Amino acid sequence: MSGREGRRLVPAYMATGGRAQPSRNTLDRLTLLSAASSRLPDRLPPAERQLAVLVRGGALSLAEAAAYLKLPVSVVRVLVADLVDTGFLNARAPIPLAEQHDQKFLERVLDGLRAIR
Amino acid sequence: MDSAPSVNATYLDSAAQTLVKVLVAGPFGVGKTTLIGALSETTPLHTEETMTQAGAAVDDLEGVRDKDTTTVAIDFGRRTLPHDLVLYLFGTPGQRRFKPLWEDISRGALGALVLVDTRRLGDSFEVIDMIEEAGLPYAIAVNTFDDAPNYEPLVLRDHLDLAPDTPLIACDARDPRSGIDALIALVSHLLTNSAMDSAI
Repeated sequence: MSGREGRRLVPAYMATGGRAQPSRNTLDRLTLLSAASSRLPDRLPPAERQLAVLVRGGALSLAEAAAYLKLPVSVVRVLVADLVDTGFLNARAPIPLAEQHDQKFLERVLDGLRAIR
Repeated sequence: MDSAPSVNATYLDSAAQTLVKVLVAGPFGVGKTTLIGALSETTPLHTEETMTQAGAAVDDLEGVRDKDTTTVAIDFGRRTLPHDLVLYLFGTPGQRRFKPLWEDISRGALGALVLVDTRRLGDSFEVIDMIEEAGLPYAIAVNTFDDAPNYEPLVLRDHLDLAPDTPLIACDARDPRSGIDALIALVSHLLTNSAMDSAI
């Protein structure tokens, strides 16, 4: 747990226009976000615009986007879903758990860890 | 009017395609954030999560009255590995009252490192129970505080009621190499389980 610093860029209650549920429910903290277009849509609500500008700089996980925007993960899920719907954002789900427990995959992780040791 | 990003984000390497989640679980003050900081390539980030009263149902609600939500900060960090992998480490609170949040964070996690402080062993029971209930594989990393009692591994296993094959390792949460060794122990354990499953 760490202290809080700075202010939210957008108040959480305003960020989604009052909606609590994203338009899709597959968005994980590790969903990989990247810009699908280099052009920002013309009219975007402020919070979506902040997210769009952030992700235009490069790929990030949803959790990182939430941390940088100082917004709760639940709110960023809604924003991501909206930006995916409008075609600005690509959101790729992390690999399924069953595949993570595949031996080849685990060996790949183990090799990676040994390489940075 | 394309404004510049107002935050200094550390973006993912464009080759990094596979994001892997590991929990760093344990009671308050056990060193989760220290370990995450030691292992991360960037300064750890945090998200602020709001818990509603429903999530605090088993908590003592006396004196809470008007306060029906609690905010808790979830620290996390990331480390890019070879082979296009990125490891994300999420600090996970060990209290049962955070269970809905806990379930959300742990979904899709490869496994958990449970940090234990031998001065306060009892504080770890709740988090170990929750991890077992969730069916999440885990390894125990004993954070070696200077003034902590040094138990024999068998005694510690008995105290924590560990399965014989659960990895139990000493770990200095401040030391990156020690943290990586703990992760290697966890993933080796997963690999053994996976090999056993496929042999059946």
